[in-house]
Amino acid sequence: MALAEDTNPMQGFKWVGSRPIRPDGFDKVTGRAKFGADLVLPGMLTGAVLRSPHAHAEIVSIDTSDAEAMPGVKSVVTGADFPEPYGKPAEQDVQRNVMAREKALYEGHVIAAVAALTREQARAALGAIKVTYKVLPHVMNVTEAMADSAVVIHDNMITKNVDPAPEAPSNVASRTVFDGGELDKGFAEADVVVEREFTTKPVHQGYIEPHAAVADTTPDGRSTVWCSSQGHFAMRTYTSNVLGWDASRLKVIPAEIGGGFGGKTVIYLEPLAVRLSQKAGRPVRIVMDRDEVFRASGPTSGASLRVKIGAKNDGTITAADVWMAFEAGAFAGSPVGAASMTALAPYKLENFKIEGFDVVVNKPKVAAYRAPGAPISSFGVESVLDEVATKVGMDPIDFRMHNAVEQGDTATYGPKFPVIGFKETLQAIKDHPNYTAELGPNQGRGVASGFWFNAGMNSTATVNINDDGTATVVTGSPDIGGSRASMALMAAEELGIDVVSIKPVVADTETVGFNDVTGGSRVTLATGAAVVEACRIIVADLKARAAKGWDIEADQVEWVDGRAQPIDGSQPAVSLAELAKNWGRTGGPISATYSHNARGVGAAFSTQVCDLEVDPDTGRVTVLRYLTAQDAGRAIHPSYVEGQLQGGVAQGIGWALNEEYIHNDDGVMENPGFLDYRIPVASDLPMIDTVIVEVPNPAHPYGVRGVGEVGIVPPLAAVANAVAAAADRRITDLPLSPVRILDAILNSED
Amino acid sequence: MTKIHVTSEINGDEVEFLTEPNVSLLNALRDEVGLTGVKEGCGTGDCGACSVLLNDELNAACLVFAPEADGAEILTVEGLSDGDHLHPLQQCFLEGAALQCGICTPGFLVAAKALLDKNPDPTETEIRYALAGNLCRCTGYDKIIRAVQDAAAQMQEA
Amino acid sequence: MGCWTVTRGLNTLKYFSPSTVEEAVEVLAAEPGAQVFAGATDVVPQIRSGKPEPESLVDLKKIDRLVSVADAGDKWVIGAAAPASHLTANADLVAEFPGMVEAAGLIGSDQVQSRSSLGGNLCNASPAADSVPGMVVNGARAVIAGSGGTRTVPVEDVPQGPGKTSLAPGEFVVEIEVDHRPANTGDAYLRLIPRTEMDIAVVGVGARVTLDDAGNCTSATIALGAVAPTVVRVPDAENALAGSAIDDTALDAVAAAASAACNPIDDKRGTIAYRQHVAGVLTRRAVAIAAERARNGGAS
Repeated sequence: MALAEDTNPMQGFKWVGSRPIRPDGFDKVTGRAKFGADLVLPGMLTGAVLRSPHAHAEIVSIDTSDAEAMPGVKSVVTGADFPEPYGKPAEQDVQRNVMAREKALYEGHVIAAVAALTREQARAALGAIKVTYKVLPHVMNVTEAMADSAVVIHDNMITKNVDPAPEAPSNVASRTVFDGGELDKGFAEADVVVEREFTTKPVHQGYIEPHAAVADTTPDGRSTVWCSSQGHFAMRTYTSNVLGWDASRLKVIPAEIGGGFGGKTVIYLEPLAVRLSQKAGRPVRIVMDRDEVFRASGPTSGASLRVKIGAKNDGTITAADVWMAFEAGAFAGSPVGAASMTALAPYKLENFKIEGFDVVVNKPKVAAYRAPGAPISSFGVESVLDEVATKVGMDPIDFRMHNAVEQGDTATYGPKFPVIGFKETLQAIKDHPNYTAELGPNQGRGVASGFWFNAGMNSTATVNINDDGTATVVTGSPDIGGSRASMALMAAEELGIDVVSIKPVVADTETVGFNDVTGGSRVTLATGAAVVEACRIIVADLKARAAKGWDIEADQVEWVDGRAQPIDGSQPAVSLAELAKNWGRTGGPISATYSHNARGVGAAFSTQVCDLEVDPDTGRVTVLRYLTAQDAGRAIHPSYVEGQLQGGVAQGIGWALNEEYIHNDDGVMENPGFLDYRIPVASDLPMIDTVIVEVPNPAHPYGVRGVGEVGIVPPLAAVANAVAAAADRRITDLPLSPVRILDAILNSED
Repeated sequence: MTKIHVTSEINGDEVEFLTEPNVSLLNALRDEVGLTGVKEGCGTGDCGACSVLLNDELNAACLVFAPEADGAEILTVEGLSDGDHLHPLQQCFLEGAALQCGICTPGFLVAAKALLDKNPDPTETEIRYALAGNLCRCTGYDKIIRAVQDAAAQMQEA
Repeated sequence: MGCWTVTRGLNTLKYFSPSTVEEAVEVLAAEPGAQVFAGATDVVPQIRSGKPEPESLVDLKKIDRLVSVADAGDKWVIGAAAPASHLTANADLVAEFPGMVEAAGLIGSDQVQSRSSLGGNLCNASPAADSVPGMVVNGARAVIAGSGGTRTVPVEDVPQGPGKTSLAPGEFVVEIEVDHRPANTGDAYLRLIPRTEMDIAVVGVGARVTLDDAGNCTSATIALGAVAPTVVRVPDAENALAGSAIDDTALDAVAAAASAACNPIDDKRGTIAYRQHVAGVLTRRAVAIAAERARNGGAS
């Protein structure tokens, strides 16, 4: 097999930067891999969930007696089966989101759950639960929710970070502000000022695997939970909190996860399965139907934005004013904060203000979605920048290059940037043949850039050397896109043994130390660094053991290609396998664990260019070419880095063109399926060209930057800018569906 | 009697299972036969994760009644490899990094086999349209399309 | 005939797979609550989603006549349950009716193509059914069987509105008949969907054009889908084409007539204004393709 052309010439590395077959791949191409819904336990029951048909309603009464008496039904749970909401506000929100209490806050909110012998019996029992609702008025977007006359969803919600604090409750949970310099002065210096308003709709992460959980609760009050999540330690924390249990009573075993993109960092089914299992005395499996995934699991925010940017004729941005209001869903916690921090981060700015509002509405609580919030703010900012660049007569790449941040610049959200590769991504686009490819009639090219953080957070890795000289690398970070391959490569690099001799394992909550969720582009970076450090402890141990045998100091031994050898060459080298074979005589088994809270982990930038064609008579868009350049710091397994870049772009194109939550006047979702929630299909997309830029991150032993998220930041604006060029008018509301584009072509002038 | 007795040839073996008239072939394969490589992504024929060959024709198992399988031949992802010898599509998906989370992979492999059975040398556009019934949210399809192209080339040479 | 009966609680569920039209007629007469199916691409998800379950299911695909595709001399006879993949694989049928077959070939993915059929698409009675405009412009007829014998009606007489057909209880469509096309005739079907695949038509347009030896239009048929409760013929467009050279003047009139013939709704898939405009655009394009095919002797 000819490997794809290597975009990452190995710089002194033997394994890092190569493209071996991923160790978990064989199970996944043969159907063996066990995802959340695939687990079967003896005596297992099937669970099903009753959900609110109303967007906002008081739950007057629930009568489950008929359902409990139905054939095959073994247990029924409602809010009464869980502790009264307690603890911090965010914890109470999770408790109420998992199971509605006084009110149903969105269509799809959980009212009750049933476990029965068969799926049909469970569903029949749901129909026998009698719920009396008092339907309340609902608010479905930030404009409605922020209106003075709006129905207030939470009567204790006082807007945070407003001085003086409001006396009356509202649907605005909080306000976020970042500012610097003087806006008026900045706009006064500008030769060109562009101001636009934008809206975006909620979009779903769209993972193909519906949420699933299996729980086996035993009479000693302990439970084992299998679930597909982005972090089984977090699932344990949240689930035990909802149940009011000590975490030690829960063991969470990670199943393979069929896509998450942030949406599987939260819990939905786990506490229901645990309680149903506890009441029934048997294991229970609950799997969401696709429509439940859309109605009840986290999309990301819909939003309204206003962006005003001024620049001098030489292209220098003099001022930027960004106002944003984000739908949080039924509970506080939209990503407006991250959207505010990232909105202007790629640019040097003296005078700026970014103000964001977190607004509750009667929709499912939003969950993280790949660089949460940043695509939305970037859509507004990068669209306006595109117009500013045009007005000052500059090429969009040159314009961004002129204003781009670099090492030492202060980010709009506060800190100084360490070594970053933003300008390198701009240059990579400019140097690529796509950027000068000829465009035909009705075709347009759009450029956009984006920034996203790399999270560090907590990771643990344990490396065990086996007695034949192979190694097992144990972490607690679920593998959602090939991270086991990366862990194996980094361990191979450190230990100097063949990558196929390394078995990477994602272990349960009782088998490995704590790991935060797989999210924030952190796993290869933070968990990877833990693997590297654990391997380095092993290598130090091995060198010490060899030194002892040679009766020299450990610092007189070096580790080369998987062998210990005296620096002076006085003894023949001894391999890892030989050292392992003799461990009984040199101090016992060889094992190391490294835990850390990774900090100072850097920043990721992406620049993208989209070429597309608009059919001026129907408004349909055809994407012709797409190129993304992203700073990966160091690509450990370039194929999976490319995969992250391409996947982020595809999701961003879907968000830009066709994806949206559609609700009717009753607040009921009208498109809870893949037929009318239109994620891109294979024939919608061209090949997605990638350039992996490598500006090593000094905070990682190999220079890794997180690559998972920033790729979804630029596409919304890149596509919108290309549509603006192709159709000769700017459309500021997403999605850029055929209906919306044709309407603009027929009814607006630009 | 509460169940129907169905006999099918599944992945080359004669298999008998019990089902009800209105149960989908997807549920029967997963719950009765134990072939959990056949995935459910939507249950409405919109994602292709449950793709199987039914009498050599590509089907979404979630759109087929289980009793229709009586007397039929069925191929699932579990039947693609020959012992420990992977099908060229499986090998090319692995080598080309054409999967990330892997939930859609079984359906893509079966759909791609159906395509190559009919059209051994498809163009990129033909591959994209033939696989349009299979959703992938991780890869952007790029590496999947290339893996199918690689497998087609290998199978042509063989 | 295959027949299974099971009990679930107080309910009895039956599953029939008749092997002749006569058996099917008998079963349907005896089972008033029966649901017939061919591809079942809509029935299976409906049952799964908790819609009221039919007491008995009748699989029509085991009846040879319902799955055969044959040139019967003066006409094509296409089994109502023949999968679309068999239509698109039939080179002779494709050569004669490229537009009608393309329309059938657009119903869903390749997975769905193994199941979807002209009869199923017609009897679902969705206003957006892709194959119906293609059949209508070619003058297709539905042969319907029931306890009173068989009757043959124009295809456009079957759908009566979303989810409603003119079939009496116990009746089902056996086959679709299409007369061979006249000389110098071409057909086409175009639809608008936001993506490239997997969507329901926002607008669908079938067109058929017959030319004289000089290349002028002697007759034309236009049918629109997804713009009204049922498929809509556009006589004004057909009249504008008849006798014309299918030039820009005629095509402008065709587009205007198609837009005017729409009686659409605003829904999650499109707006009234969008459907009206695009019906005109696609009609113009479909007529141009049909005319080009007619000039090439009907070939695609």
